[in-house]
Amino acid sequence: MSAEVEYEPVIGLEIHVQLKTRTKMFCCCALSFGDEPNVHTCPRCLGLPGTLPVVNAQAVHYGIMIGLALGCEIAPRSQFHRKNYFYPDLPKGYQISQYDVPICGPGRLADVRIHRVHLEEDAAKLVHVGESGRIHSADRSVVDFNRGGTPLAEIVTEPDLHSADDAREWLILLRTTLRAIGVSDVNMEEGSLRCDANVSLRPKGSTTLGTKTELKNMNSFRFLAQGVKAEIERQTKLLRSGEEVSQETLHFDPASGRITSLRSKEEAHDYRYFPEPDLVPLVVDDAMLEAARAELPELPSARAERFEETLGLPRDRARDLAFRTELGDFFEAALAAGGADADPIAVANWIPALVERIGSDADPASSKVSPGALAGLAGMVAAKSVNQTAAREVLTMLVASGGDPAQIVEREGLGAIDAQDSGLAEVVAAAIAADPGAADKVRGGNMKATGPLVGYVMRETKGRADGGEITRLIREQLGL
Amino acid sequence: MSADALDLTAAAAAAAVKAGELDPGELHELYRGRAAADQLNAFSWVAPEAAADDFNRDAPLAGVPLGVKDLFCTEGVPTQSGSKILEGYRPPYTATVVEKLFEAGATLLGKTNQDEFAMGSSNENCAFGPVLNPWDSTRVPGGSSGGSAAAVAGGLVPWALGTDTGGSIRQPAAFCGIVGLKPTYGSCSRYGMIAFASSLDQAGPLTRDVTDSALLFSHMVGQDVNDSTSLAFPEQIRLPTARDLSGIRIGVPEELLGAEGGIDPGVRESFEATLELARKLGATVMPCRLPHAPHALSAYYIIAPAEASANLARFDGVRYGLRVDGDGDLTSMYSRTRAAGFGPEVKRRIMLGTYALSSGYYDAYYGTAQRVRTKIADDFKTAFADVDFIVTPTAPSTAFELGAKSADPLAMYLNDFCTVPMSLAGIPAISIPSGLSEGLPVGFQLAGPAFSENRLLEAAFALESAIGFDGSAARSGGEK
Amino acid sequence: MLERKTVDHVARLARLELSDAEKDKMAVELSQILDHIEAIRQLDLEGVEPTSHVVDIVNALRADVPHASLSRAVALASAPDPTDSGFGVPSPGASAE
Ligand SMILES: [Mg+2]
Ligand SMILES: [Zn+2]
Repeated sequence: MSAEVEYEPVIGLEIHVQLKTRTKMFCCCALSFGDEPNVHTCPRCLGLPGTLPVVNAQAVHYGIMIGLALGCEIAPRSQFHRKNYFYPDLPKGYQISQYDVPICGPGRLADVRIHRVHLEEDAAKLVHVGESGRIHSADRSVVDFNRGGTPLAEIVTEPDLHSADDAREWLILLRTTLRAIGVSDVNMEEGSLRCDANVSLRPKGSTTLGTKTELKNMNSFRFLAQGVKAEIERQTKLLRSGEEVSQETLHFDPASGRITSLRSKEEAHDYRYFPEPDLVPLVVDDAMLEAARAELPELPSARAERFEETLGLPRDRARDLAFRTELGDFFEAALAAGGADADPIAVANWIPALVERIGSDADPASSKVSPGALAGLAGMVAAKSVNQTAAREVLTMLVASGGDPAQIVEREGLGAIDAQDSGLAEVVAAAIAADPGAADKVRGGNMKATGPLVGYVMRETKGRADGGEITRLIREQLGL
Repeated sequence: MSADALDLTAAAAAAAVKAGELDPGELHELYRGRAAADQLNAFSWVAPEAAADDFNRDAPLAGVPLGVKDLFCTEGVPTQSGSKILEGYRPPYTATVVEKLFEAGATLLGKTNQDEFAMGSSNENCAFGPVLNPWDSTRVPGGSSGGSAAAVAGGLVPWALGTDTGGSIRQPAAFCGIVGLKPTYGSCSRYGMIAFASSLDQAGPLTRDVTDSALLFSHMVGQDVNDSTSLAFPEQIRLPTARDLSGIRIGVPEELLGAEGGIDPGVRESFEATLELARKLGATVMPCRLPHAPHALSAYYIIAPAEASANLARFDGVRYGLRVDGDGDLTSMYSRTRAAGFGPEVKRRIMLGTYALSSGYYDAYYGTAQRVRTKIADDFKTAFADVDFIVTPTAPSTAFELGAKSADPLAMYLNDFCTVPMSLAGIPAISIPSGLSEGLPVGFQLAGPAFSENRLLEAAFALESAIGFDGSAARSGGEK
Repeated sequence: MLERKTVDHVARLARLELSDAEKDKMAVELSQILDHIEAIRQLDLEGVEPTSHVVDIVNALRADVPHASLSRAVALASAPDPTDSGFGVPSPGASAE
């Protein structure tokens, strides 16, 4: 009976973003990635006795920028707390984090409400080294404090996502937004963007939230989607067999697809939060707000809207370009290079073909294709001076060695055969003569029968003829 | 010259050096010899012989030797905050206040013993054993800056640095018959002071007289970029010159002089006599109200242990200090290291603070204590509308015998009954010797509004001159 | 009187290994202190703001300018179990954060 119930997944994300400041959150050590261990430390970030934290102004600035980009209310006065727990990657025995009054309150990005954004410090890195050979410590780890104290913004969403794919797509939009405002490298593999997901199920139509589990640290967009999918399946199975979901922290292993428990509620931490007495309240004044606002570029969601409304791109194409800043940038550069005649839709249509050729993660700006070349190619296609098939060939050559598309067309003899000047009408006549059966069918109203005729012309012209033009001539010569 | 030099206050010695009448090297050697022969256990470490060019005769403090409480970090010099858990620790940096005093020309004579992590009122909680009172070596010197107080009173050093969290400068100053100033919270940097309770800890001078207090303080004060809670003192600290108290209104808070404080008759007698002197100097002595002051101790014994429980979490056997191996696992290493490294009083306060912050008790304890703190600070503000200073006996008794209160933590805590309210309010207070009771010094405490140090020092100076306390008996005793 | 269970829990939170005798003593002493403190819980503090700072300053921010870090040798100088690259600790096992 319970197997009949349809469940709706309810997903909220908690995202940790390493900020791209020059120095750590509370000390003046330079940030690093991939350096030799323990070469970016000082008395403060080692938690030496007597040291005190001092807040990095740039981290606060970035925190405000994130808040503004996510449409958050910026708290006029916020505070840091101590979050107490023992762990070797936490040198002071507490993490300085914002607790009851974070710097950014409620906001929204696309369809997902932001609950809060707060500032805190990252933990150090614990590297497991295994057997040490000593009697009482069979297992040993080594702490590297280089990362310890890196500024983090923790972004917490409301549980507004309802599928693994939505979660993945929204996280991509968040990454683009953060990358566009330049506050972080937002690289999941390197850990500058880390995501936990809270997952629960509820019967479709119900508004009460079920018991949620927390999936930790999925380090790629794909693993996030896989992990959430697997957890939804696990919970569905539990509920359908009449069991309960228990509130716990889980680990998803992408290699095996297995989900394992990290700790259950019983051994949950008691963090003993209290206001950090070594720091004073953070007051965001108008000047700080203005400075953050002034540095905000056009955000991806606003850009998508502009592409759609002002330039007339279809919604999906507008988003595809706007949500990957480098694609949007290249598109706009091409449009600018094309001048007043450039047709936004025609130019935009060529971006996916370009991406396909340079690789899906590459930045077209660093390819051999100049924005002007792409605009030129799009213009030639629109003017029918080169057909689609030939233009794709030209694009492949541009990617390989750059250059001017018009010259390539000229050099390679790929220009479209013009109806008037190039005897296309004669080739069409020859096609009709060669396949009178097909011609009859077309005469009889079966337009599908133009296929063999067009194919004949294309073969004869080595693909340079324009498909539309051929069809027009066939109809004309058959008196249709 | 040595006997004469021993009679000089630090200010007089500095003047003599500058006038070319005293060689700082000889002065240093005189005190080094006395400190090295220390029978009071006041020092945990004494500096080696100094070279002639170690002294800056032209600097304001002209090479006058300084005792520094163990909890101030001193680069390359043992710093343990009186605790076994920091055995062998030598910090890689120096506390701001100590650095400032070195720059002003003071030289380090030694590190002074203290209650472990500044927790105590008798100096019996010390990894290096108890410090003895130079007036009577069967008695305690007070705490937690007991080593500094005993060293100054016993003539082992001209002056010394202490810290005060709930009375740790004032009470030992009272027990040892010297002057102890707890400045306005934030006026001296806490950077490099091994923290006990961050929102209360404050460095201050322990000196033979009020002039030395003003002189040392004038070189300690100042905002520090390394301490976010430090502030710019609004005026220059001056050496006091006042001879009378005309026009000064002195408030006597009945709440602190009632039965709860348990003030000894001898102490009360000395206190009354000092009030009489104040009247003779022209002051108006009047009753004032501090309705919440009797609750200060309760609030203090929540707030201070709570902060301490977090401040002491960094002592975990990972980066410095003691480590005791566990059963090969992390948690047992932590728990055994901390069990072996901390003394009973520190453990008690860690337990108390952890409990007060733990889930379910935060509001009942920590939240309540912080609200009481607000009421206490408000009480002082209200009272200072009518009076310039508030006075009390510094401690309810004179120095008690070693071991007399060690079995009863609560009785020990009551020592701070009159000093803790000012600590919670963050206001300055000074203790000066007001006379002897049965051969032991009695302390008289004056407290003023935030940043009233100049006026406070003036009033204390006028009283000091009128009292004419003679501390030379303790100095000759210390030499034995 | 504090329950033994509570003392156990708090000692575990604080990472303090206490003997049974220490725990019994701790229960008595902490209870005495808590009883004394009880009086402030009877006060009327309705609407009173908590004070966590007596200083009247805000922000105290610093510029984002790097300073030299410690050399690894200095950083590791006081470590009880230094390795070639860092601070050795017993492995935390499965209770990973
Ligand atoms: Mg976090
Ligand atoms: Zn650092």
